[in-house]
Amino acid sequence: MTETTTEKARIGAPSAQPFIDGFTEEGENLSPINADGTVAAPSSGPLAGDSAKGHSHGGGVGVPDSSRAGRLTSYTLEDFKALTGLEEDWRFTPLRRLRGLHSDALTGAAPAVTVTAPDAVKVETVGRDDKRIGSAGIPEDRVSANAWANFTEATVITVPAETSLDSEVSVVLAGNGTEASAQHVVIVAEKFSKSVVVLGHEGTAVVSENVEIVVEDGAELTVVSLQEWNDDSVHASSQQAKVGRDAKFKHIAVSLGGNLVRVTPTARFAAPGGEVELFGLYFADAGQHLEHRTYVDHAQPNCVSNVLYKGALQGKDAHTVWVGDVLIQKQAEGTDSYEKNQNLVLTDGCRADSVPNLEIETGLIEGAGHASATGRFDDEHLFYLMARGIPEDVARRLVVRGFLNEIIQKIKVPALEERLTDAVERELAAGDN
Amino acid sequence: MSTLEIKDLHVSIETEQGTKEILKGVSLTIKTGETHAIMGPNGSGKSTLASTIAGHPRYTVTSGSITLDGEDVLEMSVDERARAGVFLAMQYPVEVPGVTMTNFLRTAKTAIDGEAPALRTWTKDVKAAMQELRIDADFAQRNVNEGFSGGEKKRVEILQLELFKPKFAVLDETDSGLDVDALKVVSEGVNRAHSNGNMGTLLITHYTRILRYIKPDFVHVFVDGKVVEEGGPELADRLEEEGYDRYLSGAGAAVAPAAQA
Repeated sequence: MTETTTEKARIGAPSAQPFIDGFTEEGENLSPINADGTVAAPSSGPLAGDSAKGHSHGGGVGVPDSSRAGRLTSYTLEDFKALTGLEEDWRFTPLRRLRGLHSDALTGAAPAVTVTAPDAVKVETVGRDDKRIGSAGIPEDRVSANAWANFTEATVITVPAETSLDSEVSVVLAGNGTEASAQHVVIVAEKFSKSVVVLGHEGTAVVSENVEIVVEDGAELTVVSLQEWNDDSVHASSQQAKVGRDAKFKHIAVSLGGNLVRVTPTARFAAPGGEVELFGLYFADAGQHLEHRTYVDHAQPNCVSNVLYKGALQGKDAHTVWVGDVLIQKQAEGTDSYEKNQNLVLTDGCRADSVPNLEIETGLIEGAGHASATGRFDDEHLFYLMARGIPEDVARRLVVRGFLNEIIQKIKVPALEERLTDAVERELAAGDN
Repeated sequence: MSTLEIKDLHVSIETEQGTKEILKGVSLTIKTGETHAIMGPNGSGKSTLASTIAGHPRYTVTSGSITLDGEDVLEMSVDERARAGVFLAMQYPVEVPGVTMTNFLRTAKTAIDGEAPALRTWTKDVKAAMQELRIDADFAQRNVNEGFSGGEKKRVEILQLELFKPKFAVLDETDSGLDVDALKVVSEGVNRAHSNGNMGTLLITHYTRILRYIKPDFVHVFVDGKVVEEGGPELADRLEEEGYDRYLSGAGAAVAPAAQA
């Protein structure tokens, strides 16, 4: 496997840069970003299965490595091997731009946390030994485990049982430096509570973050994670939710700013009857790497999940990645699930990777679907709108705004919807220069 | 009173086999209040003419001119042409995801008029025009053409024609794919727009059927990128009986005299 084919696939309309690095007529080479000659290409692909078991820590006997269930999880950093960039879950991420989040001790100051919340909400800062740490999450990769090994204190936000909040909980995480740091946040929505929690990431930071989310029985929780970092920031965020009986969890990731942002929202059903929605919106400009990996683990019967991520790309080397995993386990009868990713490529020189993975271990389900579509802003769309007198820049904005609006509308917090609409406008305006 | 003048227009496209000339010298003059029908067999260049007038980037004008009241239309961008008063009802209107009809119509009207329409009357106008064209009210909230049937798309094109009030309307096979009821509704819409007396119409069609509902003042027969015969409405009747065969069977030399007539 040392040979690399030089022929590259052509996609779409003729453009100044018709080739995509790492692609051949046969498909995609593993990790074109990270394979710089220092690491040999793997002798077996991601579907190597049992034959590769000797190198694996995850899943146990009988679970193939290719299954999401086979992924190693551990609270101990040392359990995770040093990253090479060839791992299935890191193959799209430019490790050189992680600024040590995967390799260094994360001793920098974590972004400062400021919580604004209705009186009923309990906000605490706790040490590593608090019993709620580890109640919903367990690291699934080395960067997350590194944060777990290094964080010094955690913010715990609790919405008391049977409390309906009339305004959202605002958590601002303000970065103030580029020293690699670790952050830990725990959100607990107690039984039958109703709440919206907004995590606003801003400023400049190099941070690996773990967010644990407990949605207790019958609770309804919306978590919005905004990545509005300055351009030099690097952010890896593992956001894991444990969803109780008949609970409803909505998660919305919005990534606009930062040099490299990698958000991995995971939802695990702990009991039957739960409902999960994972939504995402991202807008990558020149040079930005915005990555989202979602995972819905249907381990319980009669649960519903819906995943929808929409992204726009503009400018040279704007790169987005969406990998959606849905696992419907054998016992998860009556599952209804769907996942979809749509990307809109606005200019030449962008790259959108999109991988919808669906594993189904039982046929006794209501539904399971996965879809992905990546399209250019079409010349025919532009012609149609311009033929109605609409100038090109207005037409472009009209389409992008409309495209991304589908996600913004799902937030259902008017002030936040307005703020995000403005943020998208700014992204578009920046692209006109 | 406005005049849209097309003079000795030559248009080509790039194909994998190289450059191909589609229009080989077309001249036409349309004035406000007139309805011109352009008829011809498939592949004769009718739709190329329509798209070229609107400025579709696929078509390259190699020589000739299009002017609107003396202004050089070919120098204008697509949106400038529309704002100058040229409207193309497309043969295959595209679906524009993420943009609602309401938003689209208002944005276009604002662009064409140079100012936002008065909200109250505009909403009323849109509603009334939709009703006349028998377009369900809930279409206003749907994305432009998304999931519309062929007939619905055509009705929405005519809706725009009625709302934008262009100086010249080019209808590119608006009748194709319509059943008789839809054809009547669409034709009535065109006639309403025309009856204001401020519009010239260029009606491009393969069939004579629509000419029962929209009466042309002039009929031009298009074959192989050229006008081979011109006449009044009676020419349409003759085409209905005889079809295009007499233009095609002779090919080349046989049609040449007619072209120069």
